[in-house]
Amino acid sequence: MRANTIALAGNPNTGKSTLFNTLTGLKQHTGNWPGKTVIHAEGSFEYNGEQYVLVDLPGTYSLFSNSTDEEVARDYIIFDQPDATIVVLDATSLERNLNLALQVLEMTNNVIICINLIDEAEKKGIRIDEKKLSRELGIPVVKISARNKKGIDQLLATLSDLVNGKIMTTPYRMTYSQEIEDAITKIESKLKVYFQDTYPSRWLALRLLDGDEELILKLQHHNNNRQLEVKTHDVPISVKS
Amino acid sequence: MTTEKKLTSLAECSHGDCFVIKELNIEGTLRRRLLDLGFVKGAEVVVLHKSPLGDPVAYRVSNTTIALRNDESSNIFGEIVRGDLK
Amino acid sequence: MTSQSALNHNSLQSILAEVKDVSNEDIRDEIVSNIYDKSKSLCKKVISEKQSELYRSDKLDDIFTSRIWGFPIMLVMLGTIFYITIAGANVPSEMIASLFGYLETQLTSLFEALHAPEWLHGILVLGLFRGTGWVISVMLPPMAIFFPIFALLENYGYLPRVAFNMDRLFKRAGGHGKQSLTMAMGFGCNAAAILSTRIIESPRERMLAILTNNFVPCNGRWPTLILLASLFMVTGFTGATGTLLTAAILMGFVMLGIVVTLTVSWTLSKTALKGVPTHYTLELPPFRRPKFWNTIIRASIDKAWNVLKRAVIVAAPASILTWVFANIYIGTTSILMHFVNFLEPFGHALGMDGFIMAAFILGLPANEIVIPILIMAYLSQGAMLEIEDLSRLKQVFIDQGWTWLTALNMMLFSLLHFPCGTTLVNIYKETKSAKWTFMSFLIPTVIAIGVTWLIATVVRAFGLV
Repeated sequence: MRANTIALAGNPNTGKSTLFNTLTGLKQHTGNWPGKTVIHAEGSFEYNGEQYVLVDLPGTYSLFSNSTDEEVARDYIIFDQPDATIVVLDATSLERNLNLALQVLEMTNNVIICINLIDEAEKKGIRIDEKKLSRELGIPVVKISARNKKGIDQLLATLSDLVNGKIMTTPYRMTYSQEIEDAITKIESKLKVYFQDTYPSRWLALRLLDGDEELILKLQHHNNNRQLEVKTHDVPISVKS
Repeated sequence: MTTEKKLTSLAECSHGDCFVIKELNIEGTLRRRLLDLGFVKGAEVVVLHKSPLGDPVAYRVSNTTIALRNDESSNIFGEIVRGDLK
Repeated sequence: MTSQSALNHNSLQSILAEVKDVSNEDIRDEIVSNIYDKSKSLCKKVISEKQSELYRSDKLDDIFTSRIWGFPIMLVMLGTIFYITIAGANVPSEMIASLFGYLETQLTSLFEALHAPEWLHGILVLGLFRGTGWVISVMLPPMAIFFPIFALLENYGYLPRVAFNMDRLFKRAGGHGKQSLTMAMGFGCNAAAILSTRIIESPRERMLAILTNNFVPCNGRWPTLILLASLFMVTGFTGATGTLLTAAILMGFVMLGIVVTLTVSWTLSKTALKGVPTHYTLELPPFRRPKFWNTIIRASIDKAWNVLKRAVIVAAPASILTWVFANIYIGTTSILMHFVNFLEPFGHALGMDGFIMAAFILGLPANEIVIPILIMAYLSQGAMLEIEDLSRLKQVFIDQGWTWLTALNMMLFSLLHFPCGTTLVNIYKETKSAKWTFMSFLIPTVIAIGVTWLIATVVRAFGLV
């Protein structure tokens, strides 16, 4: 049986590593400073008889490839296509954290939003209506406190439902101004011809508009390798290059 | 002064000022980084404490505290909206 | 297939060309600000009851980073950690040492009862067991106290404040503000800190952080500094005053390390690594009360395990090797003594002796074994010593002609000298450059030699020892 791969994304300092340790029982070093997780960590756990591999991505503010960290996180989601991505948000500064969540939603459908540090937020008088947020974004939202191990069961149950197709998501996709939308449509249709549905084409179009040309070269490279793999597999002798 | 809509840089603000961003005179990665952190047009920035040696300065933007050096903050322009100090 | 990919390539090029027509800075800004606006409106919908309690961190920051209190608080915190470490480690260190001493006697009787050959007893008991025992008793207690406290500060969120306070200095020196975070990691282990320099994006500033990380004493060097400071620097003071003075001396050494770091960074920025500091943004996360016992227990267990592992992997073979070198004779002199005698003039010029130099060189694999090697080398001279008595150690040193100058210079050399083998390997892995790895060896070594030589020369010229 194949293990489900789950990516953990989130801003720096949202307690991703704490959640990672809680779920996997591993002892990844934790600390309250940005940039602590420099190398992505991998751990595994079992839930309801199913295997999960959890990948702790570097904490980033966005996925626009401004830095190596962001590229690592982005590439993992796009190229490795995990079965689900948990976006960990800091309940005490939801606004900035939601940026990242919205970006992840442009890239993949199987997303769970996990609002961490919820007890800290409640102590500060912040109430978050997770049901409403879930409706607005079209994906499951779970409130947890990783360090006090609150809400972990619910998170795991939701995760299991998601990877087993018991929850269908309808992720919210950003809409932009008419000018941008027109450009997206135009580019997207062409990209679809080229990459079919291997990669989220709307997101790709946006990244291109965003001026990230390196990404498309990377994708082309990745895609060619993939096709080559398939080809070599089918007809091992006749490969020419 | 504010009625004339003359833009001041964030670096010129003092402790406790509330500032609304109108323009980022910065290019490239730093611009992106600043946007990610919430230094976008129209965002409110509250000037918090200076570091003991005067630079960098901490700002509150989008409910988080971010420190910028003078090199960066002097290229962020906007208006000071006094009065709603927190 | 060839024609297919050529076609693909063309269409891709045309897409890229088309994109270039429409893409511009405004669009980028718009994309980001649209996302921001959406986040904002979502927050308005789902969050209720915002209040100013959010800003408790700011009030604390007003103190922790204040013009008047910022630096004094940093110093007091560091000093307090040192004080607790030294005060707390003394008793358990003695206890572990006497436990090993007792076990050594038992083992010796056992070997005698079994009529084991002399050399086997030498290698296993006097070499392996004694050396490893020394590393454990000297290292384990202070490290199992220092790091949990440090972890508390780390989890509380104090480290970014240090980076915030120190940034101006690093900027002046041409470095990155986050260099102070990587230095803080260096307290634990320089080799690990080399990996943590990845948080610095600019290659130039990252190289500065790598090359200077060694000037932060790591856990392999703390015990050397603590031991020598308490044996030689605070004579005449006992109890709390003595501990306080020892802590103050350690602070002095840390300060010196920072000054050297800044000076070297500055010099390199003006010469081999020219350039201006790149941009800088640093988040100051809200202070979070750490899970006290959880943090303490995890950090002490991790650290204790770490020390024990290192003791077995590095200290044990080194102890055996030292014993062997000390007991194989070429002519009338052991290999070790040949080496020591060869280094003697050099060591003397630096205010130390050949034994100390030999210990530092043999200690290249790991700093923890410098002191054990040194003691073993001295003991091989004939003077017997039961290791349960830490204070009698001073007598051994004095018998070998030590003065306060010897202790001071050994401490300075320990602080400033070449990084350990593991750190060098990591530097090579991270920089992929033999040249820079060599520089990271050369720069500290030259500084260590220069500083100790200067001090020895001046002190002797004034006839102070």
